[in-house]
Amino acid sequence: MGGGVPEELLTAQETALYDRQIRVWGVDAQKRLSKAHVLVCGVNGATIELCKNIVLAGVGSLSLMDDHVVTEDDLNANFLIPPDESIYSSRSRAEVCCESLKDFNPMVRVSVEKGDPSLIDGEFLDKFDIIVLSRTSMKTKLFVNDNCRKSSKHIAFYAIECKGSCGEIFVDLQKHSYVQKNAGEPEPKELSYHSLQEAISVPWKNLPRKTAKLYFAMRVLENYESSQGHGACEISLSDLPAVLALRKNMCYEMSLNESQIPTALLERLVAAGKKEHPPVCAILGGILGQEVIKSISGKGDPIKNFFYFDDTDGKGVMEDIPGPSTN
Amino acid sequence: MSCQMVYPRNFTFSLQIDLDTIEVSNLNRQFLFRKCHVGQSKAHVARDAVLKFRPNINITSYHANVKDAQFNVEFFKQFNVVLNGLDNLDARRHVNRLCLAAEVPLVESGTTGFLGQVTVHVKGKTECYECQPKPVPKSYPVCTITSTPSKFVHCIVWAKDLLFAKLFGDKNQDNDLNVHSSESGASKSNVFERSKDEDLDQYARRIYDHVFGYNIELALENEETWKNRRRPNPVYIRDALPEEDSRQNGSSHDCSNEQEEPSAMVSLGFRNPQEIWNLADNSRVLLKALRLFFEKREKEIGNLIFDKDDQLAVEFVTAAANIRASSFGIPLHSLFEAKGVAGNIVHAVATTNAIIAGLIVIEAIKVLQGDYKKYRMTYCLEHPSRKMLLMPVEPFEPNKSCYVCSETPLLLDVNTKTTKLREVIDKIIKSKLGMNLPLVMIGHTLVFEDGDGLEEDEAANYALNLEKVLAELPAPVINGTKLTVEDFQQELSCSINIKHREEFDEEKEPDGMVLSGWSAPVEKQVTSNGGASSSGAPDTDGNPEDISTKPGMKRKLDEVLDSKEKFDASSTSSAQVVDDDDDDDMVMLDEDPKLAKKKRLQ
Repeated sequence: MGGGVPEELLTAQETALYDRQIRVWGVDAQKRLSKAHVLVCGVNGATIELCKNIVLAGVGSLSLMDDHVVTEDDLNANFLIPPDESIYSSRSRAEVCCESLKDFNPMVRVSVEKGDPSLIDGEFLDKFDIIVLSRTSMKTKLFVNDNCRKSSKHIAFYAIECKGSCGEIFVDLQKHSYVQKNAGEPEPKELSYHSLQEAISVPWKNLPRKTAKLYFAMRVLENYESSQGHGACEISLSDLPAVLALRKNMCYEMSLNESQIPTALLERLVAAGKKEHPPVCAILGGILGQEVIKSISGKGDPIKNFFYFDDTDGKGVMEDIPGPSTN
Repeated sequence: MSCQMVYPRNFTFSLQIDLDTIEVSNLNRQFLFRKCHVGQSKAHVARDAVLKFRPNINITSYHANVKDAQFNVEFFKQFNVVLNGLDNLDARRHVNRLCLAAEVPLVESGTTGFLGQVTVHVKGKTECYECQPKPVPKSYPVCTITSTPSKFVHCIVWAKDLLFAKLFGDKNQDNDLNVHSSESGASKSNVFERSKDEDLDQYARRIYDHVFGYNIELALENEETWKNRRRPNPVYIRDALPEEDSRQNGSSHDCSNEQEEPSAMVSLGFRNPQEIWNLADNSRVLLKALRLFFEKREKEIGNLIFDKDDQLAVEFVTAAANIRASSFGIPLHSLFEAKGVAGNIVHAVATTNAIIAGLIVIEAIKVLQGDYKKYRMTYCLEHPSRKMLLMPVEPFEPNKSCYVCSETPLLLDVNTKTTKLREVIDKIIKSKLGMNLPLVMIGHTLVFEDGDGLEEDEAANYALNLEKVLAELPAPVINGTKLTVEDFQQELSCSINIKHREEFDEEKEPDGMVLSGWSAPVEKQVTSNGGASSSGAPDTDGNPEDISTKPGMKRKLDEVLDSKEKFDASSTSSAQVVDDDDDDDMVMLDEDPKLAKKKRLQ
C-alpha cells in the first residue's frame, strides 16, 4: 500500500499523540497510515463513526462525498452535525461533517468531494487507497467495485450498511499480502478476495446452513430496492408484503428454505427504513475502522469477506462468502 | 470509552465522575477532548462537549474520585443503571460493592488494544463483578529488585522506586537502596546527599559509580547469592564513558530550547524514542538527566513522584534501568518500551473503544427496559472464534462462595505473635479485600476504625492498636479467633477466621500471610515487552487489567470453546450450542460439563 516507507521518524507531535496506538500496531504501521488516502461516499451514522476512527488514527487524508442536504433526521445518529439549523441548513452532509472532522485531528487533511458515486471511475478513483460506499444502490456499488479492480493501483473496497439495529460490512481487498504474528514470529500471508459481483452471485443452496441470515435478508432488500427503482433505504413497513413475496421467489429460485430468512428479521429491516441505532453505528464503524487500518498497515487478519451484527442476539460474525463457481 | 458512550441516547439524567485531567496521549481516542483542553477536567469538558450535540439532556459532572465519601449508597440509589469506564481494579470493586448495596445494575467494561468486553451485573440475578477473581498486579520480592534482577522490568522497578525515589523523592520514605560507601568512613554519611555547592558533574558521577559500581561489588561479596546465577558486572563511569570522564557535559553542547521542557534526549540530540541506546549513550542520558533535574527543576527535588508523562523522569529511569540491565546481562530497551513498562501503559485505540461503548449502551438499554433475560456478557476478540468477532455469552448466576455478594467467611493464615494489625489491614483488608475505610472488630471489641469524624482519643487508641501484634490486641487474636471486617461506605461486611501459622515461604508467600476461602486471584505477569500483553497496575487512560487478565478470562472461554469443538455442528443429540435454526441466535454454553456447577441465568 502506497509504496515503500522511507526511514523518517515520526514527529514529536505524532509520537505524543499516537503513543497509545503505536503500542498496538507499531511505528511502521503509523507511518503507512499517514500516507493513506481514503474516500467515503455516503455520510450517515455508520460512516461518520468510521471517519471519526480513521481521522483519530491519523490517515493521510479523508474525502467525503455526499451532496444530500442535511435534514433533522440526520441528527439522530450523526453526532458530527451540530443540532443548530443555522449551521447546517442548506448545506450538504459532507460539508458539515468535514468541518467537524477537521477538529478531531489537525494532522489529517479532510475535504469534500462533490459529485455522485455512480460516476466515480478511472483517474478520480486512483487518487485513493481505500474506498468506502454506503447507502448507494447495488448498481453503484458494483460499478465502483469493478473500477477498483480494474485500476492498476491496488484500491481496497468496502461497503457498509446499518439498518436499524443490524449491519453489514463487505470487504474486497483483491489480493492482500500482510503479516500475521504467529507465536511472536511474523508470518507473511496472502488472501484472495472475491469481487462484490461474485460475492452476491453465489447460489444460495451452495452456502453452509449456518450462514448468517442477514446475508440473505440484505440480498432480498437490495433486490427489492433496485426493482422498485427506490434509492437505498427508502422502503418502509408498507413494503413488507412485497418484500416477503420477493423472498418467496428468490428462495424458490435459489432452492433455499424460506425459514432461513425469518419474517421477523425482514420486518425489522424494512421498518427501520433510514434509521440507524447509534450504538450499532459505533460498533460497525469501529469494526470497519479496524479493517481499514489493517488493510493500510498490512498487519493483522482482515475480515473476509462479510461482517454482520444484530443487536437482537449481540453476535458479530464473519462470513466467508465464496463466488458463484462451486469450488 | 466514556467519550463514546455518552452521546447517543437521550437519557434524561446522567452523571459522570472522573478524577482525571486530559493529557495529549488521550486525544487519539477520547474524542470529546481537544488539544486546547489538555490539563482540564475530563468530566467537565466531556459534559460540555456532549451538550453541544445533545443540548437538552441533563448532565452533571464531578471532577472527583468515585471513591470519595460523597458517593455513598444513597447517592447510587438515585440511578437506574451505572456504567463503568474505570481504569483500575480498586475503583471497580468499590463501585461494584456500592451498586450491590444500592441494588442498582452495573454495566462493567474494559479494553486493551484490540480486545475488550462488556459485562452486566445485577444483584441476586447475575454474578457480581467480584464473583470471578480478578488478577492483582504482580509484585516482586524485594531481593529480586535490590540484588538479583533477571528481567528488564526488575531494573525498571529499581530505577523508578529506588534510585529515582531516593534522589528526587521524599527523603523520609523508606528506601532499600544502600546509601553508604566504604569511603564515607566512620561518619557513615549518605552518598546521595549532595554537599553544598558540590559540582553537579562530580555529584552525578559519584552517584553513578556508587549504584552501578560499588553496590554491585558489595553484592558480589556474597558468594551464596551467585552460586547459581550469572554474576553482574560492576560498571564505573571510567569504563562506560572513558573520554568524557573529566569533560563537562556542559551547556555549550546543549541543543535544547530554553523554553521547552528540559530533556536529556533533546540536549544530547537523540531524536528517536524507539532507538535502543548503548551503554555509553544510556550513561550520557543518565548524567544529563540528573544534571537537568538539579539545574532546572531543583524546587521539585524532594517531592517528585515518578510520572510517565514527565519526559525527564522517563529518560532518567530508562537510562538507569538500562545501565543496571547491562550489568546483569539483561537486554536493553528503548525509551518507548521502558516508558510503557515504567508507566504501566495500556495500549489503546479508538476503534475498540467505539465497539465496546456501543455494546455498553446496548446493555444499558436492556437494563433500563428491564429486559433481564437478554443481558449478555460480550467479548470483543481479535481473532474470530467460530466466526464470531463479537461473542455474547449469558451471564452466570452469582457465585455462592463470593465473599462480596454472598457473605462467605474467609480464612487467614498468619503469625499472630509477630504480625502487626497494621500489616493485616494494609495487605489483606485494604489491598486484597479492597475495602476503603475499614472497621475491624473482634467479638464486640472495636480494634480499628478508619475515616473522618473520629474522636482524638479514639484515633490515638486505634493508632496504638495498629502497631500491636495480633496476639497482643485488647481482644487478643489467636488461632480460631474470628475477625469481623466492615466497610461502612461500601456496605460490605466479612468474617475472617484466623489460623495461626509460624512459618511462611519468603518467595511464595511474600506477604507473610495467606487469605483463602474465596476464589484465589491469579497473578498476572508484567511483561517487559512494551507492545505485548500489558501490564498490572493501571494507567490513567481508562483501560483495565481486566482484559489483560487473559489468563483468567481466556481459561474460561477456552474451556467452553474447547469442549464445543468436539461436537459436530449438525449433531442433534445433547446440542451444546443452541442451533441457529431458532430466531433467537444465542450461543448458549449451558451443558458444558465444566460449567455444570455454575448455573446459567434463567
